[in-house]
Amino acid sequence: MALLEAKGMGVDFGGLRALSEFNIEIEPSELVGLIGPNGAGKTTCFNLLTGVFAPTEGDVIFDGKSIAGKKSYHINNLGIARTFQNIRLFKGLSVVENVKTAFHARMKYNLLSGILRLPSYWREETEIHNSALELLSVFDMADLADANAANLPYGKQRQLEIARALATNPKLLLLDEPAAGMNPSETQLLMDTIRLIREKFNIAILLIEHDMKLVMGICQRMVVLDYGMIIAAGTPDEIKNNPRVVEAYLGE
Amino acid sequence: MKPNFKMYFINAGLLLVVFAVISVLLQLRVFNPFHEHLIILVCINIILAVSLNLSAGFLGQLVLGHAAFMSVGAYAAAIFANAIGATGTPGLLAALVVGGLAAAVSGIIIGVPALRLRGDYIAIITLAFVFIVQSLMLNLNNILNVSEGSFLYPLASLLNATGGAQGMTVSRLTTFEAAFFVMVITVAVLVCLVRSRHGRAMIAIREDEIAAEASGISTVYYKILGFTISAFFAGVAGGLFAHQVFFIEPLDFDFVFSIELLVIVVLGGMGSFTGAIIAAIVLTLLPEFLREFQLWRMLVYAVLLIAMMIFRPKGLMGSYEFSVQNILKKFRGGRA
Repeated sequence: MALLEAKGMGVDFGGLRALSEFNIEIEPSELVGLIGPNGAGKTTCFNLLTGVFAPTEGDVIFDGKSIAGKKSYHINNLGIARTFQNIRLFKGLSVVENVKTAFHARMKYNLLSGILRLPSYWREETEIHNSALELLSVFDMADLADANAANLPYGKQRQLEIARALATNPKLLLLDEPAAGMNPSETQLLMDTIRLIREKFNIAILLIEHDMKLVMGICQRMVVLDYGMIIAAGTPDEIKNNPRVVEAYLGE
Repeated sequence: MKPNFKMYFINAGLLLVVFAVISVLLQLRVFNPFHEHLIILVCINIILAVSLNLSAGFLGQLVLGHAAFMSVGAYAAAIFANAIGATGTPGLLAALVVGGLAAAVSGIIIGVPALRLRGDYIAIITLAFVFIVQSLMLNLNNILNVSEGSFLYPLASLLNATGGAQGMTVSRLTTFEAAFFVMVITVAVLVCLVRSRHGRAMIAIREDEIAAEASGISTVYYKILGFTISAFFAGVAGGLFAHQVFFIEPLDFDFVFSIELLVIVVLGGMGSFTGAIIAAIVLTLLPEFLREFQLWRMLVYAVLLIAMMIFRPKGLMGSYEFSVQNILKKFRGGRA
């Protein structure tokens, strides 16, 4: 059974149709690319899948449950994590605090134990501090743990955002243009990171990307959007030779 | 991470020294009753400042009506204490709990609709709440003008016996000891709160609400929780205030006072309890030393705020917290 299945998902912003008849199936631990020209509806699609907006039509089934119209935090707790096109870190906090914050839903001690600092507080805080450092070391960032998140170089900020998303223990990770604004060596590093994530955490990834080399290189399957509609879907080779895709990108 | 009991003892010891010094000075009459009154007001304003800092500084919500929660707490505590004829410190503490709970309930009532929305609605709604509470209290006697059979009659007759809500007489129960320890407990609870996972969730909301929600944090829940806790302690401060000044009227808790509290938090540093405490002490005592310039006070505040925004936009302390542990660490060259 597919991990995520969108059936005829669409949204209307007061008459403006941002996305319609969107169908996708993602299998566990599959890497799917979502591409399309600017304004095609890619980020809107992410926003619908993660509950930033509720779809006005269609349904989304995740892990056997309908998640259409559920709140963002609830969808995250069910197992979909995401990053943002314009990086959204907790800029005033340290690198490790950024990651620890995302462990929130996995922690159990209640308000009173936290205020009175009962043993459960110390145990869980120690646990997540170590898990956060472990997660950061996967990204070679353990030595930056106490640095301020806002002071990181651009590429590291992207990686931290991915680390934070992984801290919520997702089954599906949505990456919104992770290579945007990166230089070639940073992009290469990112590709390695994405491969590493799939090997190490065994999760499915849906990737929005403009960098064709990156998407073609690592995705098994791709979906192409234009004007809010799917115009093509298939393997990278099929997409490359699809006349409609070529037209959408290069014009007639 | 482990509890560092040595640091707890050192911190508790330092607080006891401060407490003992002030007590001795009061005993020896170096401090006269007016000084004692000022010290108690400082304690009350610290409670108000740190609790407002929770919602404004840590949760990042622009709250313009903190004095209204104080007002609700003051009246609830006073009515409760008058009704049961509370005496002594136990009576005071019971009244403070009632005041705090009443303020917390009012916090939930206005927080639930306001905090479900993003943006600055909370500023507008808390601002309105100040005026609602004020006119409610000014007109409470008319509203409660009921005949003897009504279930509200006991409350109405109690209010009449104590002068009514426009000017209620309260017995004086607040002592320096009570104010000091309630202040210490408030600060300790709030410091522990912001360093727990719940506090981390609140800070995440301040930093980026959308990212917090995407990281699995129910932003609505934590906004309401933080706002309610903040209101609770404002209510406790209101209870202490009522039993200190023993005559309360709605204009004690006006909009200007709300803004003064916000000034304290902004000057001290949004997100620093140390800053809030220092600013509360300074801005409570300063007007007393500058009594001749009473009229100029608000002007000075305004100039101070503008200067602060230009030269130190993060406030006196930014997000720095004073900690004995860190100071010891520095002395030992980072090994402790």
